[in-house]
Amino acid sequence: MTGISPAVVAASKLGLTFQTNDGPVQALSNVDLTIGKGEFVSFIGPSGCGKTTLLRVIADLEKPTSGTISVNGMTAEQAREKRAYGYVFQAAALFPWRTIERNVALPLEIMGLSKAEQVERIKRTLDLVNLSGFEKKYPWQLSGGMQQRASIARALAFDADLLLMDEPFGALDEIVRDHLNEQLLQLWARTNKTICFVTHSIPEAVYLSTRIVVMSPRPGRVSDIIQSTLPKERPLDIRETPEFLAIAARVRDGLRAGHSYDD
Amino acid sequence: MNWLKPSWQAVLAIVLCVIAIALGAMSKPEAAALADPTASINYPYLGTKGLMLGLVIVAALVSMVRIPSVAEAGVLFVCAHLVAWLLISGIAGFEGTALAPYFLLLTAAWLLGWRCVAVLSGLRPMAGSARNALRLIIPAIFGAWILIIWEAVTRGAGIPFILLPPPSAIGARIAGSLPVLGADVRQTIFKAVIFGYVVGSGAGFITAILADRVPFLRRGLLPIGNMVSALPIIGVAPIMVMWFGFDWQSKAAVVIIMTFFPMLVNTVAGLAASGHMERDLMRTYASGYWPTLIKLRLPAAAPFIFNALKINSTLALIGAIVAEFFGTPVVGMGFRISTEVGRMNIDMVWAEIAVAALAGSVFYGVVALVERAVTFWHPSVRGG
Repeated sequence: MTGISPAVVAASKLGLTFQTNDGPVQALSNVDLTIGKGEFVSFIGPSGCGKTTLLRVIADLEKPTSGTISVNGMTAEQAREKRAYGYVFQAAALFPWRTIERNVALPLEIMGLSKAEQVERIKRTLDLVNLSGFEKKYPWQLSGGMQQRASIARALAFDADLLLMDEPFGALDEIVRDHLNEQLLQLWARTNKTICFVTHSIPEAVYLSTRIVVMSPRPGRVSDIIQSTLPKERPLDIRETPEFLAIAARVRDGLRAGHSYDD
Repeated sequence: MNWLKPSWQAVLAIVLCVIAIALGAMSKPEAAALADPTASINYPYLGTKGLMLGLVIVAALVSMVRIPSVAEAGVLFVCAHLVAWLLISGIAGFEGTALAPYFLLLTAAWLLGWRCVAVLSGLRPMAGSARNALRLIIPAIFGAWILIIWEAVTRGAGIPFILLPPPSAIGARIAGSLPVLGADVRQTIFKAVIFGYVVGSGAGFITAILADRVPFLRRGLLPIGNMVSALPIIGVAPIMVMWFGFDWQSKAAVVIIMTFFPMLVNTVAGLAASGHMERDLMRTYASGYWPTLIKLRLPAAAPFIFNALKINSTLALIGAIVAEFFGTPVVGMGFRISTEVGRMNIDMVWAEIAVAALAGSVFYGVVALVERAVTFWHPSVRGG
């Protein structure tokens, strides 16, 4: 660990090849990436570009076939076993037989926290995602946006410094999505966590991120990394400013370059 | 014509009554009395024939007037069952003498009962208690008419007792042999069925967990379990009697063999039912095999496991009763059925069948209630 701020995620020459019935598929190729503490990094790209795979490699849900990855200075597997990150999936994946508070308690139970500690953390994280008052509801009694917020609370409950989010708002309508994006930024500012965020929406990526990783497919690789010049304080109407539009245009150019490689 | 709402059941009931009036005598003694007015012949429905026909026609006409549905159902209910009761009680002493008008009148009353159930099914009450009451009343009327038609036809047509006794005779037999039936239930259900069900289902469940945990068992055991399920129970039962003796233990063994496999297969399928995303989630928590099993995979498998428990509740009863055909102490439901049929005591056989059906329904119902309580979260239970 050299440098001023220690890297939360460091990948070098990372590659992952899936063996399928149609022969090998190169999902990731030669990915070099360092993510520092407190960053909000978005991964954007067309489907098949390996953005979700990269997130799953960081989470140790997939094993890379070449290169190295370290999370919090450990191997990805050690980091997973130390519960170094919270993961938010594309769907809420709440257990329907548990109430919202029992769902949030799930990781805490597995980690063996005391009952009092669990109660305190459930209250705190549900406050954080504005779900207080819904503790006793079952997931199927809530709207899609509330379910996804509950799943974010579940990922936050055990206070991991790294939050991995895989298109968490992809299935929600635009109004709910805007609202949750705003809340996510506030939450990030309050907790100072490191967030890796997979999306295929350019405005979402630009609005949220301090850094945008543009990826392109076949083989999945990083084609551009854009440092955002937007201030940390971001009201929703920042999306109409020339600065915002300039970054969005750069991202779009990067995506287009990735596509033209294909043709 | 706004006050009229015709229904085909009511119209047909009136038509049947008109035909019955045209045909005249309802029974052979009545026909004889009509043929020879001077002779004093006693015949059924001396004073009630007009009443019954009148009740059917009036009820059918009232039901076609636009009145509140509850009132319509009430009129139909009272008249249909009053007519049925008059018909059945009137034939007493004249069994087997009924003529066509008797059956026409029975059919007309049944049509009114049908119309009554149709009207009740169309009701959409707001109060929960009324909805619950309707859920009970509709199948009750349905079941009652099966018994009414069975009773009226067997007695009106004089069907031989050996072929099909009327339900009243079966009921009387049940009431008169409660100690014997009680002893049979104790032997067959409380000993063989319950024990076999618990052990068989439990063994199937544990085997499924083992097969899930230990890969070589999954490859080796499941095909053999498959074969066990294909064992013909009729062939196995006498062998179990040789192995475990005449008493309930051998029947329990048959039940264990029968209930083991449905539980094994369903639990194995259920353990594979949890989603990839949920399993990945447990992986991100570095959750071990057992926490994942208890917190995710078993709850997700619960609908499958209860499916097996419901299937097994009926299989266990069948297995125990059939197994008793192959040797048993002089008590037990299967023993009673096989011996009483040989002694031509068909009503006792029916009594055992009725008790077995009742016990099986209660057994199934209890399992289904527990299922509703445990898998309240499943879309099939919470409705949507």
